[in-house]
Amino acid sequence: MPLADARAQVPDLTIVPHDPVLDQNWLDRLAQGCARYTPLVALDAPDGLILDITGCTHLFEDEAGLIDDIERRLTRLGMTPRHALGPTADAARALARYQTRPAPDEPTAIRRLPVAALELDAEATTALVRAGLKTIGDLAARPMANIAARFGAAAAMALRRLLGDAPSPLDPRVTPPPVATERRFAEPVASLPHATRILAELVDEAIIELGERGKGGRHFRATFFRSDGLARSIAVETGHATRDAGLVMRLFAERMDGLRDPLDPGFGFDMMRLAVPRLEPLAATQLKLEGGEVRAAAVTDLVDRLATRLGRGGVRKFVAADTHIPEQAQLALPAIDAPPPTPWPAPEPGEPPLRPFYLFDPPQVIEVIAEVPDGPPHRFRWRRATHAIRRYEGPERIASEWWRRRDNAGLTRDYYRVEDERGRRYWLFRHGLYDEKPDPRWYIHGVFA
Amino acid sequence: MRESSQPLAGLRQRIARLAATGGPESRPAEGWLATGHDAFDAALGGGLAIGRTHEFFAADALDASSAAAFAALLALRTPGKAPLLWLRTVDAGRRTGHIYAPGIAELGGDPDRLLLVETADPKMLLACANDAVRCAGSAAVIVESWGKFPLLDLTAGRRLALGARDAGTTLLMLRLNAVPTPSVAETRWNIVAAPSRALEANAPGAPAFDLELLRWRSGPAGTRWRLDWDKDEQAFRNAALSGAVLPLAARRTVHPLGAEAA
Repeated sequence: MPLADARAQVPDLTIVPHDPVLDQNWLDRLAQGCARYTPLVALDAPDGLILDITGCTHLFEDEAGLIDDIERRLTRLGMTPRHALGPTADAARALARYQTRPAPDEPTAIRRLPVAALELDAEATTALVRAGLKTIGDLAARPMANIAARFGAAAAMALRRLLGDAPSPLDPRVTPPPVATERRFAEPVASLPHATRILAELVDEAIIELGERGKGGRHFRATFFRSDGLARSIAVETGHATRDAGLVMRLFAERMDGLRDPLDPGFGFDMMRLAVPRLEPLAATQLKLEGGEVRAAAVTDLVDRLATRLGRGGVRKFVAADTHIPEQAQLALPAIDAPPPTPWPAPEPGEPPLRPFYLFDPPQVIEVIAEVPDGPPHRFRWRRATHAIRRYEGPERIASEWWRRRDNAGLTRDYYRVEDERGRRYWLFRHGLYDEKPDPRWYIHGVFA
Repeated sequence: MRESSQPLAGLRQRIARLAATGGPESRPAEGWLATGHDAFDAALGGGLAIGRTHEFFAADALDASSAAAFAALLALRTPGKAPLLWLRTVDAGRRTGHIYAPGIAELGGDPDRLLLVETADPKMLLACANDAVRCAGSAAVIVESWGKFPLLDLTAGRRLALGARDAGTTLLMLRLNAVPTPSVAETRWNIVAAPSRALEANAPGAPAFDLELLRWRSGPAGTRWRLDWDKDEQAFRNAALSGAVLPLAARRTVHPLGAEAA
C-alpha cells in the first residue's frame, strides 16, 4: 500500500522512515542480551536470532522454561517474537519463519513446510510448485540427483541442510575484546625467547592504546597460534587496573614458568595475539613524595604475582557474610577480585572472644561426657586425648536456617565455650536437641586463642 | 665458660668485634612490634624488632591457636591499614583449622587487613615466603608451618631473614608442632595456652598466654611471661594468677632446647 493511500485511510498515522542501520544495531543489542541463555548466539539478519541452546536448558528447567523466559523479556521490550526449536540451525530457522500448521513432531513439521522454506530464488520456487512439489516432504521423496539436475545444486544443498543431512554451522556473534593487538609472521617463530620478546612488544602496543583511552587492563590474554593449527592461550590477571608493561610481562613470565605443560612452539608460531578483555578507567597516578603510593602498590604487585603463580584462589581476602551459621559467616574470596570490605560485627566490649580463632570445617566428631538432656560437657575425647573441662560457658543456641530449606528441617546446635585443665579453650557443640534427635552427637568446631 | 680450643676462642672474639663495630647485623631496628605491656616491651628494648625474623613455637599441637593468635595480634596491633600476609599450606585448614575472620574480629583485630596465601606444598610455601618478605608495605608476614620443616635449613632461614631485613619486613615464623632448632631468628618463643581469668559463673575469660623467650640475639634468654589479651585496650597485660596456679618468677633461667645449639 502506498503511503498516500495509508494516510488517506488513517489521517493521524505516525510515519517513521525505515532505517536498516538502526534495525541492525537493535538486533545486535538483542543478540548481546541473549548471551544470558547461551554463549553461541548468531545473527540472522535482518530480523532473526539463532541460539544454540544445546546443554543450556537445564538452567531454566527445560526448553519450555527457556522459551518462556525469552518471550517474556522480548514482549516486555515491545517485540512480537516467533520461535521454533529444531535439530539443526537451518531447520529451526525454517520452522520459525514458514511453519503454518502444527505437527506432532519435528521431522513431520519439517516435511510439511512449503518449498518456499528452502529460500531459493523466485524462479526456482515457482518451478518447484508448478512441478507439483508443494512441501519439503514432496521434495524429499524424490531422488536428490534429479532435484540437483533440474533445480540446481543450491536447491539440493538447501534441502539436505534442512533435513539435517548436511551440516548447517552457526556463525556465532563473538564480542571482540576492547583492545587487541596481533602480529603475523611470514616465517614461523620457533624460539620461545623470541616469542616472549614479541609478546613484550604487543604488550607495549596495547599499553599505548590503553593510555590513549585513559583505561587500564585487568585481564591480559596472549594467544599463540602454532603453524600446525593449534592455539594456546595464557592469561594473567591483576588486582587493579594497570598500564605497567613491566608488571604485565613479569606476570606472563611467572605464568609461563609455572605451566605444568610448558608452551611448546612445535614448528613455530605463525601468529600471536594479545587481547585485553577487561578494562577499567585508570587516571594517571600522582606519587606521594614520601612514597606512600609506591608502598601500597608493592603489596598489590605481590598479590598479583602470587595469584599468578598459585592460581586465582591462592591469595584470598576475608569478607563477612550475613548469616549466623558459624561456618558460613565468612567468605574467603580471591584477593585479586575481592569486593569492597564489608563491616564485621563489632565485638561486645568487656566480653571475651565468643568466636574461635581457628575453625574446623567440617566440625570434628568428639566423644563427650555430659549431663542429659542439656547439661554442659564435663570431659571430652578428641584426637586420642582426653580433656577435662574446668570452665565453660553456654549454651549458645544456634538454630538451623529453617527458612532456607523446603522441609523446614535442620538440627539446632548448642555451643559451649570450654577451657580444659591446661588452659586451652575450645568451642564444642551438641548437634541437635534431645527432643529433635534421640542421641545427638557432639562436635568440636574450633579452638580459641 | 672455658673455650675448648684456642682458634675457636679467637673466632668468637672476632665475631664480637665485628658485632661491636657495626656489621650489617647490628644495624638498629627501624621500630618495634610492641605488645603494649610496659615491662615486657622494656625487657626486650621496645618490643619485637621490625625488619627481623621472630619464631613462635607451639611445641604441643594443641597450643597452635595460642601461638598463631599471639603472632597475629602483635601484627594487627600496629595502627594503620597495612596488610598482614599469612602464608600456609592448603592442608593446614584440615589440620589446625581454618583461619576464622569473625574470631579475629572478636579479638579486636581487623580481618580486612588479612591476606591469606595458601600453597600446595612446603616448597612453594618457602618460595612464596621469599617473595612476601621482599615486599615492603606489609604489617608483617606470618609463615605457618606444621611439624619439622626440613626445607627450612640454615641457608633458607638466612635467605628469608636477609630478605626481611633489606625490605624492612617483619617475618613471624609460626612453627606448630615443632621442636626449636637452631636458626637465625632475632627472638625465639615457645608459646603455651594459660588458664584464663574466670569470669562470672566460671566462664572462660580473655585469652591468656604463657611465653618463654628461648633465644634473643641481643640479650639474655630464658625469661617467662604470662600475658593475657585485653581486646578493648588492644594491648597485652599481666595475667592475674588464679589461686590454683603457682606464681612464676619474672626471670627464671631455664635450659631451652635450641638456645645453646644456635
